[in-house]
Amino acid sequence: MKKDMNRRSFMKIATTSFGIGMLCQVLPVPAVGENHDYLNFLGKQNGEKPTPFSFVQLSDTHVGFNGPPDPLGTKAFEHAVDMVNGLDQQPDLVIVTGDLTQDSEKPDEHAGRMQQFKDIASRLKTPMLRMVPGEHDAGLDGGVLYREHFGETSYSFDHRGVHFIALDNVSRAKPEVGPERITWLKKDLTRFSKTAPIVVMTHRPLFDLKPEWEWFTSDGDEVMNVLAPYDNVTVLYGHIHRDHEHEIGHAKHYAARSLIFAFPDPETVAVDQKKPIPFDKDNPFKNLGIRVVNETPGKRPAANSLEIKDVELSLREFNELVGIQQLLKNGAI
Amino acid sequence: MKQKHWKILPIIALTILASASFARHDDQTSPRVIEIKAKRFAFEPSELTLKKGEPVVLRLSTEDVTHGLYLKPLKIDADIEPGKVSEVKITPDQVGKFVAICDHFCGAGHGNMHMVVNVVE
Repeated sequence: MKKDMNRRSFMKIATTSFGIGMLCQVLPVPAVGENHDYLNFLGKQNGEKPTPFSFVQLSDTHVGFNGPPDPLGTKAFEHAVDMVNGLDQQPDLVIVTGDLTQDSEKPDEHAGRMQQFKDIASRLKTPMLRMVPGEHDAGLDGGVLYREHFGETSYSFDHRGVHFIALDNVSRAKPEVGPERITWLKKDLTRFSKTAPIVVMTHRPLFDLKPEWEWFTSDGDEVMNVLAPYDNVTVLYGHIHRDHEHEIGHAKHYAARSLIFAFPDPETVAVDQKKPIPFDKDNPFKNLGIRVVNETPGKRPAANSLEIKDVELSLREFNELVGIQQLLKNGAI
Repeated sequence: MKQKHWKILPIIALTILASASFARHDDQTSPRVIEIKAKRFAFEPSELTLKKGEPVVLRLSTEDVTHGLYLKPLKIDADIEPGKVSEVKITPDQVGKFVAICDHFCGAGHGNMHMVVNVVE
């Protein structure tokens, strides 16, 4: 049992949700009393020794969306790019978890939105950009246009000892991954030991968060069963336009906020009243905020030792890009 | 003339009785059929009331593109394709207010396409 806990604790993904996205730091953390031999052991097991790095998750930019409720268009997305570029510690990669664009009945118009997304994203200094589609990108045409612009909708890659899996749960039009992709996922994982750190990037939640608001994936349980034997699984997703954390078994699920508008906590409104939070022109970034997830000092590293802190962004912080920088300088993560 | 009436009246009476009998038979064995039409981005009707334990058939059709009707607690998971009528037979086994959704992406307003289903005792 002790060994299992230690295996699971070797990698912390400390996440900071700062309204415009999420900064993730991958930190190999051997448990107290252990030495770096354990990381070497993992390197032998998984092919590459994990080393610290950070990455940023953005989500739901909806390029081409014309309010209501948000009349700002791509402004938040463009600020996010500036903010990421301004980070003292540049992330190794930026991931985008779906709904890059707003759908359109006209393929040319939708293609233009995809190009606009690429134009804005190309301003990122970060060398690696990886994305997965949302239903607004790939739900109407099965992902044909998305593939032309961004490549395959499901794929995997390795980075510094971490295995990333982009898992499409939108292009079948229904909220599902589908049997073919689940078979692909099983095959993709066969070369990894149970200790491999795995990050799944997807659009919809892989669990029943709020099915009445289509916040679920109908075969999400099958996906998580495939991932269940692995000790270090983090699922990063979007779709719900608000931050959320959830833990099932060895897997932790984190939703990033949107870059276009926010949805309320579904527990605070009637089930048939799914509506975006109204735009407030006097406080246009209300409901955007900072979420800091830390390893709690003094506690043994374990899945439940994360400290969560929410800080609401002010307009000044957003405009001057100071909020996240101060947190980083203060060593909050 | 009077004689002719005596011949026709029993036939009419028998016809009425037979119709009533068939109607009663139909009520006893066939579930209630409810027509539901889908179109971007709404269901018609937008709200249903069902009785717990009463079997019903939902006859689903679409006026435009493919839609879905999904409501896990009542075991509804159907595709609604253009040019076809789908039938879903259900017997609600719990009371409450539920929200069925379109779970086949159909465009910009898809995320709010829903139908309220009330199940009463």
